[in-house]
Amino acid sequence: MGLFSGRKTVFVDSDVLVIGGGMAGCGATYESRFWGRDKKVVVVEKANIERSGAVAQGLYAINCYMGMQWDENQPEDHVRYARNDLMGLVREDLGYDIARHVDATVHMFEEWGLPIMKDPETGRYMREGKWQIMIHGESYKPIVAEAARKAATKVYNRIMVTHLLMDKKKENRVAGAVGFNVRTGEFYVFRAKAVIVAAGGASHIFKPRSVGEGMGRTWYAPWSSASAYALPILAGAKMTQMENRIVLTRFKDGYGPVGAYFLHLKTYTENAYGNEYESTWYENTKALVGDYVDHQPVPTCLRNHAFLEELKAGRGPIRMVTKEAFQDPHKETVGWENFLGMTVGQAVVWAAQNIDPKEINPELTTSEPYVMGSHATCSGAWASGPEDYAPDEYQWGYNRMMTVDGLFGAGDTIGGTAHKFSSGSFAEGRIAGKAAIKYIDDLGKDAPEVSEDEYQNLKKVVYQPMENYSVGRNEIVAGTVSPSYLLPIHGLQRLEKIMDEYVAGISSHYTTNEHMLNRGLELLEMLKEDMHHLGAEDLHQLQRAWELNHRILASECVTQHTMFRKETRWPGYYYRGDHMKLDDTDWHCFTLSQYNREANEWSMEKAPVYHIVD
Amino acid sequence: MPTFVYMTNCDGCGECVDICPSDIMHIDPTHRRAFNIEPNFCWECYSCVKACPQNAIDVRGYADFAPLGHSVRPIRDEEEATIAWKIKFRDGREKNFESPIRTTPWGSIKSASDYDAPSQEAINSQELAHEPAGLNVDELPALTPDQLKQGVV
Ligand SMILES: Cc1cc2nc3c(=O)[nH]c(=O)nc-3n(C[C@H](O)[C@H](O)[C@H](O)COP(=O)(O)OP(=O)(O)OC[C@H]3O[C@@H](n4cnc5c(N)ncnc54)[C@H](O)[C@@H]3O)c2cc1C
Ligand code: SF4
Ligand code: SF4
Repeated sequence: MGLFSGRKTVFVDSDVLVIGGGMAGCGATYESRFWGRDKKVVVVEKANIERSGAVAQGLYAINCYMGMQWDENQPEDHVRYARNDLMGLVREDLGYDIARHVDATVHMFEEWGLPIMKDPETGRYMREGKWQIMIHGESYKPIVAEAARKAATKVYNRIMVTHLLMDKKKENRVAGAVGFNVRTGEFYVFRAKAVIVAAGGASHIFKPRSVGEGMGRTWYAPWSSASAYALPILAGAKMTQMENRIVLTRFKDGYGPVGAYFLHLKTYTENAYGNEYESTWYENTKALVGDYVDHQPVPTCLRNHAFLEELKAGRGPIRMVTKEAFQDPHKETVGWENFLGMTVGQAVVWAAQNIDPKEINPELTTSEPYVMGSHATCSGAWASGPEDYAPDEYQWGYNRMMTVDGLFGAGDTIGGTAHKFSSGSFAEGRIAGKAAIKYIDDLGKDAPEVSEDEYQNLKKVVYQPMENYSVGRNEIVAGTVSPSYLLPIHGLQRLEKIMDEYVAGISSHYTTNEHMLNRGLELLEMLKEDMHHLGAEDLHQLQRAWELNHRILASECVTQHTMFRKETRWPGYYYRGDHMKLDDTDWHCFTLSQYNREANEWSMEKAPVYHIVD
Repeated sequence: MPTFVYMTNCDGCGECVDICPSDIMHIDPTHRRAFNIEPNFCWECYSCVKACPQNAIDVRGYADFAPLGHSVRPIRDEEEATIAWKIKFRDGREKNFESPIRTTPWGSIKSASDYDAPSQEAINSQELAHEPAGLNVDELPALTPDQLKQGVV
């Protein structure tokens, strides 16, 4: 028995357990309550749902709104858009499903009190672009959290979920989750009939551009710790498109968003010599991807590709031409408020470096890669589609259920559905919530049961880093260097270095090949072994320890997928130097992985892509 | 240091500890005031800055790329439902902005269970809460299975 296994265990029973109270988790909670009036709906969140997740600082736009009421767009249009942007590969059944529900979701936000800007002439929502509407979204998250709090039976803040629990009676069925309270240190066993994972995406698996103090200035939040992937992976759920990491072109250092600048302010980019450069890379790009280069709008990855080629050709930095637009006071206000509403750090950089975009055209950069499922990218779990039209191969039960019974997901967690953003993630949470209630009703008396052995074992595993630290700390005088344990920051930096150098991060211009990936996997395996010697000084560091474990497992999955797909499908996101071209003959498919925890082995397979006619 | 706390303003109330999504605002046991325990995991999200009743928290941009001498400060007023920002450049220039943050009273959102319980028919349909009415179109769009075809575009 370990030093820390004397900690109290708290049991929480529920019908629906929602892991992660971000956008998707709040949507799942609301909907579970709406359809399951008598159900116990519990939310478990590692931070405080009032300001947790990627929307903690607010947003200035809702990036997914059809406007069906004004016939601005129909769900089919959004499917075509996402498919084009992702170079042909999205789960169109899932994407259509989100698109048909997202307008009602946005209307709920407005009713709840989210200030949505309106066009004074038409009275319609003010468009930033074809899909985006503009909001004063500083309190987007508190508003959405208020709705979730009212819907939930109980919200447990500050509990970091570390593992899912499996049913002891039936194979491949989820029965709950375990975690620990970051404040009290108590061990929590959540027993549930259905579990919805909504734990966000993954930052900090690749080395960030900013170093030292600035390493927290990642584009996606530093608390997006890949739990959304690690939890299902460990439970044996299949994952899809995990190679499809995203690289973002953003304002330099602060990673302030560019969407409103391109779409609303009509600013544009130029190289150091004041020239437009994207069109000069047309033939080069066409040689890699063929006709995909002609897609309109130009896929996000291909725009990155031109940016990177222009830099490599020695004509950087690339700048955003803001000086003209910012002469208009309305546009200047929108430009600044856009940052203050969702990436304050960019305003801080500009204030610090005396960059006033009215007078200086600010530099852009490409970010380190991120793994997520809701932006111009679609990594995540492989999920069952909507009952009314999904093809058989995409349907094995309930909508948004993974390949593990009773395990649902939404938002960044679910793969294949790019461009859902905040509103689509919330809408997908709603879809999963309703489906989970149906699943529970159909279970009847056949409820899952957790195994005492399993959670007792996990209790020991969960606190092991604290034990490692308290034992190992006595060996040394002081400081951070110990022969017997690694601190979470050490492990994180090693992970980031491996991923950066071998799995196509910034230092290799996003390029890798089979040899590098193999070496990366060897090093990741050693890192995984070293995780038995992780040392955590306190509960906060224990949270960091488990975030690290989750990031490592997700990274391994990304590396396996990158190895499996022998083509360069998304130049500008990453390049397989040994397979530099897009290859529709062999790779117009989804990649699926499954992890076998006992054997510590991955298996890979292909799954077909279905397209909506035309 | 991203966020830091002014010693004389902080009264140790713990609001920042409660809200920080990164769990890095902690109370220093000696001074009984808050400080940022892990600046390299700060997103400069300003959640703690906005939540501090004493305006004791400020941000000094990340040392690796932000020269000194700047300041970006918000005042978030829940009652007025506004947020005001003052940006000060290193060279002293200033910019001010103000935006609304909410159009309804705090706490006014109706619970999902305050609506009529859904019918069995609705449960079996593809509709979500408040649909189709909430879509502002007549019915929930749908596809038919034969619209999906396998293959290369
Ligand atoms: C800088 C930036 C700009 C963006 N701009 C826009 C925009 O303009 N418009 C738009 O619509 N979208 C935008 N997005 C995207 C949007 O924020 C995401 O699509 C959306 O938040 C994803 O929702 P989610 O619920 O999957 O993840 P999140 O909202 O991140 O929620 C995940 C939750 O899970 C919790 N969690 C994680 N791990 C655990 C664990 N182990 N145990 C317990 N809890 C856990 C987290 O604390 C968090 O609360 C932007 C994002 C960023 C970062
Ligand atoms: S919220 Fe402000 S006053 Fe309260 S502990 Fe934090 S810094 Fe101090
Ligand atoms: S700015 Fe955000 S991440 Fe940084 S300490 Fe404050 S609440 Fe935490």
